[in-house]
Amino acid sequence: MAKTLFEKVWDAHVVAAESSDTPAIIYIDLHLVHEVTSPQAFSELRERGLKLRRPDRMLATLDHSTPTLPAGADGERPYANAEAKAQVSQLEKNCREFGVELHGWDSDDRGIVHVIGPELGATQPGMTIVCGDSHTSTHGAFGALAFGIGTTEVGHVMATQCLLQRKPRTLAIHVDGQLPVGVGAKDLILHIIGEIGVDGGTGYVIEYRGGAIEAMSMEERMTVCNMSIEAGARAGLIAPDDTTFAWLKGRARAPQGSAWDAAVERWRALRTDAGATYDREVRIDASKVRPTVTYGTHPGMAIAMDKPVPAARNAVEKRALDYMKSEAGKPMQGMAVDVVFVGSCTNSRLSDLREAAHVLRGRRVAEGVRMLVVPGSEAVRRDAEREGLHEVFTAAGAEWRVPGCSMCIAMNGDLAQPGQLVVSTSNRNFEGRQGKGARTVLASPATAAASAVAGRIADPREYLTEVAA
Amino acid sequence: MRPVTRIHSRTAVLADENIDTDRIIPARFLTTTERAGLGKLCFNDWRYQADGSDNPAFPLNQPKAKGCSILVAGRNFGCGSSREHAPWALLDYGIHAVLCSEIADIFRNNALKNGLLAIVLDEAEHRWLLANPGIELSIDVREQYIALPDGGRIRFQLEPFARHCLLNGVDQLGYLQQHGDAITAYEQRVERAA
Ligand code: SF4
Repeated sequence: MAKTLFEKVWDAHVVAAESSDTPAIIYIDLHLVHEVTSPQAFSELRERGLKLRRPDRMLATLDHSTPTLPAGADGERPYANAEAKAQVSQLEKNCREFGVELHGWDSDDRGIVHVIGPELGATQPGMTIVCGDSHTSTHGAFGALAFGIGTTEVGHVMATQCLLQRKPRTLAIHVDGQLPVGVGAKDLILHIIGEIGVDGGTGYVIEYRGGAIEAMSMEERMTVCNMSIEAGARAGLIAPDDTTFAWLKGRARAPQGSAWDAAVERWRALRTDAGATYDREVRIDASKVRPTVTYGTHPGMAIAMDKPVPAARNAVEKRALDYMKSEAGKPMQGMAVDVVFVGSCTNSRLSDLREAAHVLRGRRVAEGVRMLVVPGSEAVRRDAEREGLHEVFTAAGAEWRVPGCSMCIAMNGDLAQPGQLVVSTSNRNFEGRQGKGARTVLASPATAAASAVAGRIADPREYLTEVAA
Repeated sequence: MRPVTRIHSRTAVLADENIDTDRIIPARFLTTTERAGLGKLCFNDWRYQADGSDNPAFPLNQPKAKGCSILVAGRNFGCGSSREHAPWALLDYGIHAVLCSEIADIFRNNALKNGLLAIVLDEAEHRWLLANPGIELSIDVREQYIALPDGGRIRFQLEPFARHCLLNGVDQLGYLQQHGDAITAYEQRVERAA
């Protein structure tokens, strides 16, 4: 029978089939762990006297509560508070005690969990991947079935390497045509969520397909899959292809030698068969997408920056516009900016930093605007510094930081003040997400950089021509 | 987990759509390594004013909402992050059931695993409950209906396994552990194939 990509991955991981009374038991190939959602699960294991079933299938890192300023002369890291510091040491202790590979402070590979999984080659096509983190959907860019779970389920995977799951429905998003010059993956995914809504994917696993997706780099595909959860979907996937294999080849945890060739041959079968059907299909015309930003307090309130903000249709939308100080009938373009954040698992990879640097090179961040650039991992930081990107940022007046989630979730002390407008390359514009009262506008790295220079929300296409030195 | 068979309470209403997990418990409180005691942080930035006093505009601060353990919320409640701190905070605050026309997947999953009833209703019933805050409801988990004060009933469906676990206080980890042999067999099969 013809199967979708999702069904192929799902079927290959069924330990016990589902029945009307019981969900399926699904095997998990890779379990990613960070400091925020794991401590209670480790405690539970300890209380029950259980061990990890497969510590070799786990990978841990520190990212959410970690400071992005370097350690002081005394070696002390500037944690936001004692609790954050205790949370980090708790994970260090748990990993030691339970034998989990931790990419901690002393690792050259530490970084945001969804950045380092692929970088290390731990993320591979056809795998099931989970993490106590909703943006686990990022890993779907490799044709893996990857989704976020709660802490109770983190405990389930630790103890049994399995999860109880009902099979989700499938949603195909066909992205035909070509993205215009100066319009990128972030614009596309904001546009898609604007079209289908923040709950448009609830109950579904999305498969992104079509010419515009096939033409994307792995970094761009990760940006798209990353935000699947912002449409309510558990996971988003893209069929692996030569772009995927070329990106993975030679990475530390990827198969090597003849095992690599065998793996690629297996992975090539991971595509939706002709004749397979989805529960729902949506078509998007890539050529219509323009630089897109959010204007409200959830990612579905997204619009091309030069289009007028729609009028509120109800009290909640009215409240969202009031909170954002967005004006119905006026475009977002031109709105005054206080802070610009380039980072997060959506847009903190080398290509994102290059995109921002391309706009900033030879220019200055506007007077009164604060700009933070936070690489997604130590590897990204190294590569960026090798290319001199950090110098472009600092010469422009931006702050160049140590890897972490930073202002995406504002747990580590990197945050905006009440009322400040933040143009952010992250994934959530919820009220207070970047600090109590902070107003978040989601955007691409190019838009973020252009807005930093202009001091207002600006179209990056106006900055894509090289300036005279 | 303690069995959950019946919940009887007046309803409190938060009519906003898309109430996300950051509103239920802001991220800056996630540095905790405990799961207890999060109720005081539930809806923190909505519930308190800058000086720490109760915000009178927050619907759950109104006297008639006090002590209600059934929350009727606007569509797509619990969207956003996978933090289980959200149901932990709600339960500790005293909310034992959330009624909604649509509930975000991960939140619903997390809620049910902690004995917080997350019930999806059809739109007309949901609209009616939103419009009638403070009515007395009785939720019967076994028979899957909500009894209204006038004797009427709203039927609902829970995923059968989740319902079984709620009614019997079944520990899902224990259930998974019973399948240890099947898991081992699966691992062996995959390793042989590789
Ligand atoms: S960068 Fe933001 S979205 Fe990504 S894992 Fe960190 S906090 Fe979550």
